[in-house]
Amino acid sequence: MTERMTGAQALVRALEHMGVDTVFGIPGGAILPAYDPLYDSTKVRHVLVRHEQGAGHAAEGYAQATGRVGVCMATSGPGATNLVTPIADAYMDSVPMVAITGQVPSGAIGTDAFQEADISGITMPITKHNFLITDPSEIARTIMEAFHIASTGRPGPVLVDISKDALQSETTFSWPPTMQLPGYRPVTKPHSKQIREAAKLIAESRRPVLYVGGGVHKAGASAELRQLAELTNIPVVTTLMARGTFPDSHPQHMGMPGMHGSVSAVGALQQSDLIIGLGVRFDDRVTGHLASFAPHAKVVHADIDPAEISKNRHADVPIVGDCKEVISDLIGVIQSSEARGDYADWWSILNGYKKTYPLGYETFADGSLAPQYVMERLSAIAGPETYYVAGVGQHQMWASQFIGYENPGTFINSGGLGTMGFAVPAAMGAKMGRPESVVWAIDGDGCFQMTNQELATCALEGVPVKIAVINNGNLGMVRQWQTLFYDQRYSNTDLQTTRRIPDFVKLAEAYGCVGLRCERPEDVDAVIKKAMEINDVPVVVDFVVHQDAMVWPMVAAGTSNDDIKIARDMAPKWENEDD
Amino acid sequence: MSRHTLSVLVENKPGVLARVSALFSRRGFNIDSLAVGPTEHDDISRMTIVVSVEELPLEQVTKQLNKLVNVLKIVELDPAQSVQRELMLIKVRADSESRSHVLELVNLFRARCIDVAADAVTIEVTGTPDKLDAFIKVLEPFGIKELVQSGMVAIGRGARSITDRSLRALDRTA
Repeated sequence: MTERMTGAQALVRALEHMGVDTVFGIPGGAILPAYDPLYDSTKVRHVLVRHEQGAGHAAEGYAQATGRVGVCMATSGPGATNLVTPIADAYMDSVPMVAITGQVPSGAIGTDAFQEADISGITMPITKHNFLITDPSEIARTIMEAFHIASTGRPGPVLVDISKDALQSETTFSWPPTMQLPGYRPVTKPHSKQIREAAKLIAESRRPVLYVGGGVHKAGASAELRQLAELTNIPVVTTLMARGTFPDSHPQHMGMPGMHGSVSAVGALQQSDLIIGLGVRFDDRVTGHLASFAPHAKVVHADIDPAEISKNRHADVPIVGDCKEVISDLIGVIQSSEARGDYADWWSILNGYKKTYPLGYETFADGSLAPQYVMERLSAIAGPETYYVAGVGQHQMWASQFIGYENPGTFINSGGLGTMGFAVPAAMGAKMGRPESVVWAIDGDGCFQMTNQELATCALEGVPVKIAVINNGNLGMVRQWQTLFYDQRYSNTDLQTTRRIPDFVKLAEAYGCVGLRCERPEDVDAVIKKAMEINDVPVVVDFVVHQDAMVWPMVAAGTSNDDIKIARDMAPKWENEDD
Repeated sequence: MSRHTLSVLVENKPGVLARVSALFSRRGFNIDSLAVGPTEHDDISRMTIVVSVEELPLEQVTKQLNKLVNVLKIVELDPAQSVQRELMLIKVRADSESRSHVLELVNLFRARCIDVAADAVTIEVTGTPDKLDAFIKVLEPFGIKELVQSGMVAIGRGARSITDRSLRALDRTA
């Protein structure tokens, strides 16, 4: 059935047909025609944010909490360029997102018209794909293609830029359109020969480790992963993007690898003879100095993106496919064979690391608050059903280290791009996607000041997120590096927020939220419980913590994982140091 | 580093060249030569890209290219199994005294004289980069006034075609 309507109406109808229930955005001149039919839509709720960056991160938070495509909308020029950061963030973390932007009328494109920016050109290297539409008859099909590309294969952001005249002029609308993507064919089914090769290496190995990344959660393969791990008795490390994909409480869980990983996780990778990488990309924050990363290990690398395989570390057995299918197939082959590896010696070494080098932290004699303690209590009180959404920096690492994750996807943060300011809008999006769940944002005082204007959106739209501001008065992670590598010369890292400029409690109240403050360890539980009881408005808790708290362990940038420090000038003793 | 010739079939859409060339610069690969043009199918353009890289980065660039939604197919053409040609137009100083010498060289290189003026001739020549270099060298003493070269184009030898399967993919979606 075909109908006559404007391009703008076709856009809204297409979004409805794609099952979109929430769009985050801000109107403006070029996108204005789209906002008129959007006003009438009973299926699509538009959430008016306070900054387009907030719209983008909210769409990311929504997408990561629900597994569905997040949608954001902005006008041309500055509206579109304000989306650049969240688009880049979604690209680095493989978040399915569709960004819709208005463009100046097609006749004005290229003339430096008012609010013109070549956003498809600008976002070319940070989108999975993008489109510029000037013909209204292409809108419906392109929206369908954009959602298809964003959500299949390795997920990612897709931008659809639509000229104002295409939104205004009449076209015929029919649904469903036929997609025209002859060059887009993601491979999801792994090659059976490679699976058999991988199973053979697993059976032969003495020191294997399952290196699990965000791709396993994105494939919805957490249950399969657990089955594989328990079937083979292989230790598991979960990257920053995979926290919760394998339960932290599981005895086979070694922790998070990488720059701020646990000794047991870093040691497991370094001393392994076989790394089974699942949905990972051997990122520099995990490998440290690449040439000395896991020097004795063979590598099985499974990923849905062929370009990730052997990009950083050579894969002895490359497997292209969806992690759910890869893991299921691996389980099948291993079950049908008698061959099992003997990992008793390996487990005795790893359990030794776990016992000798548990995560720990410094407490302060002056009675001030240790940020890690806040995380521990938050974890204990809010529990593993809560979604935790972090910004970037020290608080993010502590949130990864000291909160116990038991469920896949319950830790949402900006991993690849490291976008400060991610937490507040992303928590808003997560809460809108999962209204029945508790959502705690964990933010630093630096991050919080980048995007806290979305508190207004949360308050007005009825999105009762809870925000723990870990306030050490500094750009803490940068300060940590200045402490360790720049002779304690604290150039431009002191935000002085402990002087209450701004006063986060008053700020919260000004935005229609409840503001609480906590400065002493003995008050932590009571404040968290109070925040947990408030479910009608957003809550901001200003946790004033000691500025000298540091993130340990640490592998200094560019050094080998073998040189991990558990505290300043303190290295763990490795089991095979005499080998 | 070794030279590789990639034939890349792409959808004939605006912006595709920018996507491909931007990918090369973003991932840190240098393009030695690039030629784009239509094919026997209206919806498909063909790029011939010559890059100087080692095997491993070549694999990476091929995989990254394959991820571009508008890229249909990539084939590396083995120089021994393909015909590779560049086109050059070259304007050489040639008066009544030197013109016959120049025309002799044109014949030797199986080039063609396409424009003659009182003090210059313009020559068209196709061939491998080696042949074109040699031709430039022998013309240099006369004085080269202007020179323009195309990127390399290449096609596999024998009856097989690299476009067949991509055409079928296009037909399915049409």
